[in-house]
Amino acid sequence: MRTGFEFDIAHTISTSVLLLSFALLYQRRMVGVLHAFTVQALLVGAAAAWQAYIQDAPHLYITALIAWVFKATIIPLALHSIIRRLGIHRTVEPVVGINLTLLAGVALVILSILLVFPVAHASTALTRENLALALSIVLLGLLMMITRRNAVSQVIGFMSLENGLVLAAVGVKGMPLVVEMSVAFSVLVAFIVFGMFLFRIRERFDTLDLQYLETFRGDHQGERR
Amino acid sequence: MNPVLLILGIPLTATVILAAVPNRTIAARLNALASLATFITALSLFVARPAPTLFLFIDDFNVYLVVLTSFVAFTTSWFSASYIEHEVEIGRLTPISLRFYHAMYQIMTFSMLLALVANNIGLMWVAIEAATLTTVVMVSLYRTQESIEAAWKYFILASVGIAMALFGTILIYLAAQPVLTGGVEAMAWIALKARAAEFDAGILNLAFVFLLIGYGTKVGLVPLHAWLPDAHAEGPTPISAVLSGLLLNVGLYAVLRFKMILAGNAHVIDPGALLLTMGTTSLLFAGLMLYRRRDIKRLFAYSSIEHMGIIAFSFGIGGPLANFAGLLHMALHSLTKSAIFFAVGHIAQVKGTQKLPEIRGLTTSHPAIGWGLVLGVIAIAGLPPMGLFMSEFLVVTSAMARQPWLAVPMVIGLAIAFGALAMRLQQVAFGEPRGSSAPVSASLVPMYLHLALVFVAGFWLPGPLVTWFQNVAHLLGK
Repeated sequence: MRTGFEFDIAHTISTSVLLLSFALLYQRRMVGVLHAFTVQALLVGAAAAWQAYIQDAPHLYITALIAWVFKATIIPLALHSIIRRLGIHRTVEPVVGINLTLLAGVALVILSILLVFPVAHASTALTRENLALALSIVLLGLLMMITRRNAVSQVIGFMSLENGLVLAAVGVKGMPLVVEMSVAFSVLVAFIVFGMFLFRIRERFDTLDLQYLETFRGDHQGERR
Repeated sequence: MNPVLLILGIPLTATVILAAVPNRTIAARLNALASLATFITALSLFVARPAPTLFLFIDDFNVYLVVLTSFVAFTTSWFSASYIEHEVEIGRLTPISLRFYHAMYQIMTFSMLLALVANNIGLMWVAIEAATLTTVVMVSLYRTQESIEAAWKYFILASVGIAMALFGTILIYLAAQPVLTGGVEAMAWIALKARAAEFDAGILNLAFVFLLIGYGTKVGLVPLHAWLPDAHAEGPTPISAVLSGLLLNVGLYAVLRFKMILAGNAHVIDPGALLLTMGTTSLLFAGLMLYRRRDIKRLFAYSSIEHMGIIAFSFGIGGPLANFAGLLHMALHSLTKSAIFFAVGHIAQVKGTQKLPEIRGLTTSHPAIGWGLVLGVIAIAGLPPMGLFMSEFLVVTSAMARQPWLAVPMVIGLAIAFGALAMRLQQVAFGEPRGSSAPVSASLVPMYLHLALVFVAGFWLPGPLVTWFQNVAHLLGK
């Protein structure tokens, strides 16, 4: 059974992961963002390993290993070399001001607590708080994807979102297929990074970026010329 | 041997073989042959249905989608053979990328079929993720600036959708775990459906919202549709046909499965209201967007958003009649839309452009394809005697019967879309031909086969099919 000590450790790790999500939001240099992500991935691995220990679920050690080897080592190395190749190590190019983003982040954490606590009253306290923290991390990851213009920080936002999902999955007692899902997610992330490497994608493409509209939307060209 | 394993095994084996075959003609034939074998095996499910296993199962709902998916995958591989031949001749594709294309085609078929037959919400999630990855790779096949941008956009949006869906999946497990005492059982559809009444309603509500946003991105419901037109326009046309005809259906299938779980619990929010709102918005938005299209593949991509809106609307209305209409519309839309993309693929190849203003007078220059396109657009616009008229009619009447004022935006949306399609059809199909009039040397059988099925469905549905649609309509609940 879970003791108070086990509970506290799990709690501390999850909260640290959330803190690092905020750290990701206020970094002003790409290298800083990358370091913050590496630490976050290490902590998620630690959370998975701790859950494997207290739930007596050895398969979660594999999830921890994936986090440590793949997300905290291989991916940051690959991203470092992409950043060097594309020459974008200086700025993170935020769309919205960083202070405003942090405020929005705080609001999202409050939102997820308000959302999860009344709903999950039936589950154990650990699961419930873990879920609220995980949802906050997911939402902060989304926020980072929306408020950054450059593709590398967008991808890091996506991966920190995924860290939140791993945290949620390992925190729910006895969830099957966690390993399979984290493998599937790693494949997804590997594809993204590989794609950036291959096609030298610097900027994200979407309808918010007005300078792209002209060349991007094939069907408007006829009218504009 | 379990036929489901065979249905999954054939495309998987074909992937390995196709990756190793250097000759493109043989590869294209093998691709079609493997798809035909999958289709025939899928047909056997009508005769004998295997018992559900821990991870795979066949019930009334997915059996019809499995057969539809393998059928459209087969006819598309047939169409793809002549399409690809032309792309290689004009140098848009290299032999290596072609090998890759054929192997990916089979993995895509495999992962869509796996998503349909999975008896486990986690396995289904993995399968849908794999289907997303393969289609992203296919969209970027031409390596042009536009196709890479389209693929990247699709990739990022779909990944976020997939992530949201995983969070929803975890929440469903959390709701099921106290009742089903954890383990693989607590992620199996059959068990989830049977015990849904005992789950915590609050967690189910939260889970459904995440699942609707997540898998709704794959369905292309407004406002989650941004990837869809670009991905359709920039990839190879066989992939546009499969995206519209099959992948959107798979996404919707996932949403409906979760809706079935919610239908089994008395204390949850009404998922129908969410589907109704998104469906109506998609229909009206896409209907209006149809007017300003300059690209023929984008035009029909927006039409797919519109039809997904209609289908979501009818499942949102709920009740046996509307569910029946939604199921029928799903099947007929995928047949019609893939037939249209077959026609569009040949047209774009012979004219050398996808721009609508440069395509004129098709019924004069290419009567066989031109009239095929006319028939397809008549069907997709919901005119009698084609089958989609009947399903749209059923959607509207069931809306009238249950919530009359909801039928108003529905009818307005249908009229808007009809106007746009009629206008475009008139320009593209009739008048003075423009552009190249070179003859098309392609098999038109897949296109006319689909259109014939849709035509027949307009006035006659086989008795067993009707009974079985009705069973599923009841399964889907209120």
